[in-house]
Amino acid sequence: MADTRAGAASGGPARVAGWLQRHLPKIVVAPSVIAALVFFYGFIIWTAYISLTGSRMLPDYELIGFQNYQDIWRLSRWNTAVWNLAIFGVLFIGVSMLVGCVLAVLLDQRIRAEGALRTIYLYPMAISYIVTGTAWRWLMDPEIGIEAAVRNLGWESFTFDWITNRDMAIYTIVIAAVWQASGFVMAMVLAALRGVDQEIIKAAWLDGASLPQIYRRIIIPSIRPVFLGAFVILMHLAIKTFDLIMAMTSGGPGTATSLPATFMYDMAFQRDRLDLAATSAVMMLVTVTAIIVPYLYSEIRAGRRD
Amino acid sequence: MTELSIHGGANTASARLGRLAIYGALAIFAAFYLMPLAVMVMTSLKDLDDIRTNSLLALPERLTTFAWSHAWNEACIGTECTGLAPYFVNSLVMAIPAVAISTFLGALNGYALTKWRFRGANLIFGLLLFGSFIPFQVVILPMAQTLGFMGLSSSVAGLVLVHTAYGINFTTLFFRNYYVSLPDDLVRAATIDGAGFFTVFWRIVLPLSPSIIVVTVIWQFTQIWNDFLFGASFTSGGSQPVTVALNNLVNTTTGVKMYNVDMAAALIAAAPTLLVYVVAGRYFIRGLTAGAVKG
Amino acid sequence: MNMLKGTLFASAALGLAAATPAAAQTAEVLHYWTSGGEAAAVASLREAFEAAGGTWIDSPIAGGGGDAQATVLRSRVLAGDPPTAVQIKGPNIQDWAEAGSLANLDEVAAQEHWDDILPPLLRDIVTYEDHYVAVPVNIHRVNWMWINPELLAQVDAEVPTTWEEFNEVATRLQDAGITPLAHGGQPWQDATVFETVVLGIGGPDFYRAALVDLDPDALTSDTMIEVFDQMRTLRGFVDDNFPGRDWNLATRMVMNGEAAFQIMGDWAKGEFAAAGLEPGTDYVCAPTPGASGYILNSDSFAFFNVEGEDRIAGQNLLASLILGPEFQETFNLLKGSIPARNDIDMSGFDACAQQSAEDLAAAVADDSLVPSMAHEIAIPRAPRGAFLDVVTEHFNSDMSSEEAVERLLEEVELAQ
Repeated sequence: MADTRAGAASGGPARVAGWLQRHLPKIVVAPSVIAALVFFYGFIIWTAYISLTGSRMLPDYELIGFQNYQDIWRLSRWNTAVWNLAIFGVLFIGVSMLVGCVLAVLLDQRIRAEGALRTIYLYPMAISYIVTGTAWRWLMDPEIGIEAAVRNLGWESFTFDWITNRDMAIYTIVIAAVWQASGFVMAMVLAALRGVDQEIIKAAWLDGASLPQIYRRIIIPSIRPVFLGAFVILMHLAIKTFDLIMAMTSGGPGTATSLPATFMYDMAFQRDRLDLAATSAVMMLVTVTAIIVPYLYSEIRAGRRD
Repeated sequence: MTELSIHGGANTASARLGRLAIYGALAIFAAFYLMPLAVMVMTSLKDLDDIRTNSLLALPERLTTFAWSHAWNEACIGTECTGLAPYFVNSLVMAIPAVAISTFLGALNGYALTKWRFRGANLIFGLLLFGSFIPFQVVILPMAQTLGFMGLSSSVAGLVLVHTAYGINFTTLFFRNYYVSLPDDLVRAATIDGAGFFTVFWRIVLPLSPSIIVVTVIWQFTQIWNDFLFGASFTSGGSQPVTVALNNLVNTTTGVKMYNVDMAAALIAAAPTLLVYVVAGRYFIRGLTAGAVKG
Repeated sequence: MNMLKGTLFASAALGLAAATPAAAQTAEVLHYWTSGGEAAAVASLREAFEAAGGTWIDSPIAGGGGDAQATVLRSRVLAGDPPTAVQIKGPNIQDWAEAGSLANLDEVAAQEHWDDILPPLLRDIVTYEDHYVAVPVNIHRVNWMWINPELLAQVDAEVPTTWEEFNEVATRLQDAGITPLAHGGQPWQDATVFETVVLGIGGPDFYRAALVDLDPDALTSDTMIEVFDQMRTLRGFVDDNFPGRDWNLATRMVMNGEAAFQIMGDWAKGEFAAAGLEPGTDYVCAPTPGASGYILNSDSFAFFNVEGEDRIAGQNLLASLILGPEFQETFNLLKGSIPARNDIDMSGFDACAQQSAEDLAAAVADDSLVPSMAHEIAIPRAPRGAFLDVVTEHFNSDMSSEEAVERLLEEVELAQ
């Protein structure tokens, strides 16, 4: 409220105007807050409630307690999905970060045609998962894709059949997802690198610091917030990964590439088990909350310091 | 940091080798990133015989634009053989207002939350941000009920509302992080001169925002244009967006599967967002540099 | 043929237009028939409907064998804006009827004597508490084998009639360097093969106990273990690139001589027809091995409670068109299935369809007609999903038959 004293005045209409002036920021924000309360939090509560019912095809509002939370862990499909999310999440976030950082550092070496390269690395972000998933599925298909092409060149024993191999299929999803998102990390990191104070670096350089030292001591610490931001966005993408799975493997071979998002979709719309779908959604949300709330807290504290 | 790069002895052999290694690495990455697009473009320019006899990675033997024109206005989608053209228009009609409204609201929110800080501003920001982690599959059913209750089901207005509601969090995040770094004094000086909330917004804050507006518009446009789930769930018949039509087209086969048409259709559906990235990509990075990703 | 179709429809249209005067007829039809013969078949329905003066609003939602459509349907109903007619089937019809969402079609049914022309099993599927709420379009047989006769001749084999014979022939094919079984590794395709094995090894009574009544004793019986053993054997007859393959690509393998057999419902015939191949000479259709019987799959349209006279008029028109003899014939010729009504002259159909109709009558007579589990006719979608999970996991891994049976019991119980 510190900044809002401007309209303080006496008299009738002026007082109304003053009141309006003081409360205008809140009034402006109100629609978004209402939208968030209804569309995010209202629906989260609705989902949590449904997870405590025996809803099948359509919502049923009679409570049955926590039965679904026990049942879901007895489903092998759910266990596979959770385990896959752990593998996928760690690899996807880790590799995307690594590739993104490497690309950003390489691009930051006064590269000719930087603009074109940046666009090449970034463009996958522009295309929907349905489209890229289809393209990757072809490329990985042993009969028509990379394997066939390499064999045509004469290397007859070349094998790249991960997508049809239940132990490896999840890694093909990682490859496609990294391909899609790492350019975005590159853009964020590159932006941050460009924002680092050149004077400090120059000073360190003159003091005889080596390149790795400069990265470790000066550059990485000063772009740390970007890692956090990228981490949050990647995690958001990891948990929502759905279209990509549907386009590439539909969860197969068998159920080898199921993720919680595909589990939830199947339960809700293929199996008529709204209750289990809601239960899985609540568990995903709880997981996200555990990771995201500390981030939000630090974000907001940082905001307060400003 | 460009200053230091591998400088020093720029002419020594080892430095030249280093440069070569950097360019080599960048080229290999570029090939990896371009491969799927290249395969799609090449396939879309082949005829069916070519696809059948040659490998996916081979260059076209004969170039043909048949697939493109077929996908655009002849291919059958369900029982309508109109191609993607009408659905493409649907997507534009939906995406443009949704992007405009959510970007505008995000700017207002970011401005109000940072420059007119009131009690609870941070809490509100936290509430909005946390909302972006809700899985969209969960909201379909309650959203359908809400839209029905508001009389907006199966309408473009309803879809615009949905995309706006689920876009505000990101737009607010972008603008808020950008505006945090604008000096408060700018606003304070103006208010002392008697300028009100909106005057400051229009006259001072907005003119300083083009870079972040570009970032937000690109992000929102990409998200909304590429959405499949909401488009499929909340539209019907001829009002479906292009992503839903694409899915139908790819799954509509009569006899032989026309991979070239599928790929051309996919590229047509992806063209607007690709274009946006190619044309405005540099502003995207510049905008990010300007603070969108801070924190 | 097209002209004939046109005149048939026109005359049907005239009759109907006279029966329902004045009110405009509108129908928004939600369906997932977007591929090949299916798309052509639904287009013929549209043509007939429009020829009768109706306005057709097409809402196709392709993908996932109707899963994408299920999403849309639920959100439309919850929004209070249901489509006029929706392509749903089996117990799903009962679910929607129980939710009170379906319209009553008794009037049209009485007018058109549906009671007399529908096989009893079909009538049960499309009625709820003795009221008609949906209209069946066709009858598909699931337990078909599609065979490349040349490849069979290469190893001097006859069409196998038991699973032992099948295994023996398949081994010979494999020794000759031929892939015996063309298969697409998608859960519903695995389940399709599975249910034909259940019928073949266990017979119709066991099939009903296990896949319709979900009897725990049947699910854990030695017969079921034998079924899973056979699935494991079949896995050995499939090539390595099968995961994720679409069924029509598997059909193509049989056509091109890359594989000898495919186990798939009679929609596969559409692929052979599109390639200009003739049954009996270019390819052979035969019931799957083992005990005789008929696994039935049927598509149908359910009619939702809609408001507005034009929409209700549209529903009535559409309902009578769908079960009308002309449409039944044209549609099923295109789709590869046989008519849902039993009074259609089959002489215009191909040999496979004629055999299907004969076998259907025989199965009704000796009580070996069973509903398909894989195709959502026998049981609701939740237990069906449990079957799919276990069957596909077993087929794609090295799980033992004993473990599969155990898992099946647990997951089926959880799904009820």
